[in-house]
Amino acid sequence: MLYISKWKAIAILLTAAIFCLFAVPNFFPESTVKRWPEWAQRHIVLGLDLQGGSHILLEVDANDVRRQKLLTVQDDVRKVLREARVGLTRAPVIRGNSVEVNIRESDLQAGLAKLRDLSQPLGGFLGSSGQRSLDVENVGGGLVRLTLTEPAIVERIRQVVDQSVEIIGKRVNQLGLVEPSIQRQGNDRILVQVPGLGDPQQLLDILGKTAKLTFRLVDTSMPAEQALQGRPPPESEIVYGSKAENKQPYLLEKRIIVSGEELTDAQPGFDQRTSEPIVSFKFNTSGARKFAQVTQENVGRPFAIVLDDEVISAPVIREPILGGSGQISGSFTVESANNLAILLRAGALPAKLTVIEQRVVGAGLGQDSIEKGKLASYFGGALVVVFMVVTYGLFGVFASIAVGVNVGMIFGVLSLLNATLTLPGIIGIVLTIGIAVDSNVLIYERIREETRTGRTPITAIDAGFTRALATILDSNITTFIAAAVLFFFGSGPVRGFAVTLGIGIVTTVFTAFTLTRLIVAWWVRWARPRQLAIS
Amino acid sequence: MRLYHSIPLLRIVPDDTKFDFMRFRRISFPASAVFSIAAILLFFFHGLNFGIDFVGGTLIEVQSKAGPADLAKMRSTLGALGLGDVQLQEFGAPTDVLIRVAQQPGGEQAQQAAINKVREALGTDVDYRRVEVVGPRVSGELLAKSTIGLGLAIFAILIYLWFRFEWQFALGAMIANVHDLVLTIGYMSLTQIDFDLSSIAALLTILGYSLNDTVVIYDRIREMLRRYKRISMPDLLNVSVNSTLSRSIITHVTVTLALLALLLFGGHAIHSFVAVMIFGVVLVGTYTSVFIAAPILIYLGVGTSRMEAEGPAEKSTARRP
Repeated sequence: MLYISKWKAIAILLTAAIFCLFAVPNFFPESTVKRWPEWAQRHIVLGLDLQGGSHILLEVDANDVRRQKLLTVQDDVRKVLREARVGLTRAPVIRGNSVEVNIRESDLQAGLAKLRDLSQPLGGFLGSSGQRSLDVENVGGGLVRLTLTEPAIVERIRQVVDQSVEIIGKRVNQLGLVEPSIQRQGNDRILVQVPGLGDPQQLLDILGKTAKLTFRLVDTSMPAEQALQGRPPPESEIVYGSKAENKQPYLLEKRIIVSGEELTDAQPGFDQRTSEPIVSFKFNTSGARKFAQVTQENVGRPFAIVLDDEVISAPVIREPILGGSGQISGSFTVESANNLAILLRAGALPAKLTVIEQRVVGAGLGQDSIEKGKLASYFGGALVVVFMVVTYGLFGVFASIAVGVNVGMIFGVLSLLNATLTLPGIIGIVLTIGIAVDSNVLIYERIREETRTGRTPITAIDAGFTRALATILDSNITTFIAAAVLFFFGSGPVRGFAVTLGIGIVTTVFTAFTLTRLIVAWWVRWARPRQLAIS
Repeated sequence: MRLYHSIPLLRIVPDDTKFDFMRFRRISFPASAVFSIAAILLFFFHGLNFGIDFVGGTLIEVQSKAGPADLAKMRSTLGALGLGDVQLQEFGAPTDVLIRVAQQPGGEQAQQAAINKVREALGTDVDYRRVEVVGPRVSGELLAKSTIGLGLAIFAILIYLWFRFEWQFALGAMIANVHDLVLTIGYMSLTQIDFDLSSIAALLTILGYSLNDTVVIYDRIREMLRRYKRISMPDLLNVSVNSTLSRSIITHVTVTLALLALLLFGGHAIHSFVAVMIFGVVLVGTYTSVFIAAPILIYLGVGTSRMEAEGPAEKSTARRP
């Protein structure tokens, strides 16, 4: 056990040294490290709790997705039945999670066949999972019910998240934030993390808007108040104005002239006459053509600009707008005009997103945490070293060297993995110092015991190592299991704790099995002790 | 060489310590039972001080820009906002205040509105050091996930110990472990320390540590069982505990030193985490492995098969004329 071949010794020292060297970039400023070769640039990333920043978890509103999907189904039902000239006794309506339609008895079979075609197979992992997007049910008496299946909703939510990640990416980049990270989380969530952002108000404003923009004509066949009391015309609906418009009701045609998808650009600016903040926009060719046509035919009538089911402005068409560009003025502030321009450029989200978790740490608190963590680590380390040297003398020095290398290796591995260091992560490292010492204590105490049974120093050391290592392995594996579970079930900063604790356990076992043994073996060969200081 | 020999080294436990730990089981078992029941009663009737991670709500840490914060004034300002339960406490320094706003009715957006109200009310006199909002859905999931995690950890460790030792050892370690967790939760209920995600991390670490200690003693017991066939079980356990005692104490002193450094210098943010760790690792973990985990093996029937195997041999010699 005590004899270690030269090659093995070199391998041990090399491994320890290489891992420790990987920690080096963390001690140099980023500008210096940037000039190093790429493989040497890996370094520890500070968690948001240490460098300050915003963590925002968004969830796709499943109800919104469901509602949109049902509206599409309703439209489709209306369209296919009309095309097939199927007679209806009642138009399609949305009821709960289904669309119901009454078909005339004589057309029932033809209608059912058309409606069944609407239900499409859902793509699973292997092309088709055998599930379909709609359950088409002949209830009887001409009533047909089309129910959305759960897998169809889940699939749609997945698509919505993918599209939203991209759009959020565009929006966030426009804000000029440094290194934002936008990731899908689970099936229906998106995590946005922005280091260094201490006041996320603007970010939240921008994330919370769907930004669905439509241009629609105002229905002037009756006043909005009358439509509110009675019944609006079938092709029109009531839409309320924004807060700046005093929540005034408008009667708008359901038909959309042009929507936000047909914008090619949007910029904030100022109105030349009133110097109010405005947003100017440009349509693409087809949008420009449609807008030109409608404005030509409706000079003198008001139209409305609707953003997320709110009328932000309802100007009267004074002359045909042929150039395909225009401007929106609607009691903007400079900031809200800027935000709207960003939203319009990035495009609308496919569904509503809600903020379900938000954690923001100011840069000052992060810096404080780093300072305190450092201080605690230095003091913890120093106390442990002093205690070990007082208890074990020279062997305590060996233990301290092993612990030092251990911490170096933890930083090396963390850098190699580009891992995130959080405040709980620092606690994990300080605790690892405690555990790492334990492996040395186990070995030394075993050596003490073996000496007491009358063994010579060398055989006692040999037996001590052999017996203690089995115990070290057993006890560390149990702690490692706890760390692994914490890693898979923990979230955010707590995960950082699991990472450093887990890595610390691995490096502890490594140093106990190799480095400590190597140091002691060398010492025995050099000093040839007749008596051991620790026994 | 001469130099190190002349320095007297600290010897915490004398070499020939022969303390009769096993006799103490007649005190330690009932005592632990009483404490565990008390802890469970505390948990059910006094409850835990769940942080926003598990019940949802808003946490805002502010730092007053000019001198110590006027808590009374802030309390009345925020109390007038109609946000339901608003708690304020000094956090580490007189300038720092932690504000906890209860979960707002009206879903996820209502939480956001609450923060904006607080920001408006406090104005520019303070710096916002930390703002955390956890919605009702996330908090429910975090609680469920943490509970599952804790259960899974106990189960995984049980399986591992079952493979490495006999099942009695696994069961003994498990009882000792659950005992540790129960007492720690009782402590958290008694002190009303914030119970948040980091508390789960603390519980899992306590679990790992106290097991670590138990495993070291069990390892020794197993070794002794193989080596000495004729010693009675209580004696064998006593020898095992005594011979690992020095290690246990030294290790716990080092861990405590590390924890003390964290407690004194680590700042207020990790204060409750470290306090729980010190209670769990230092107070409960050590006691458990020596006074509960080891003696419980007697009741779980470790070594009885060995005694039986020797039993007939002794009888046959006794019958011999």
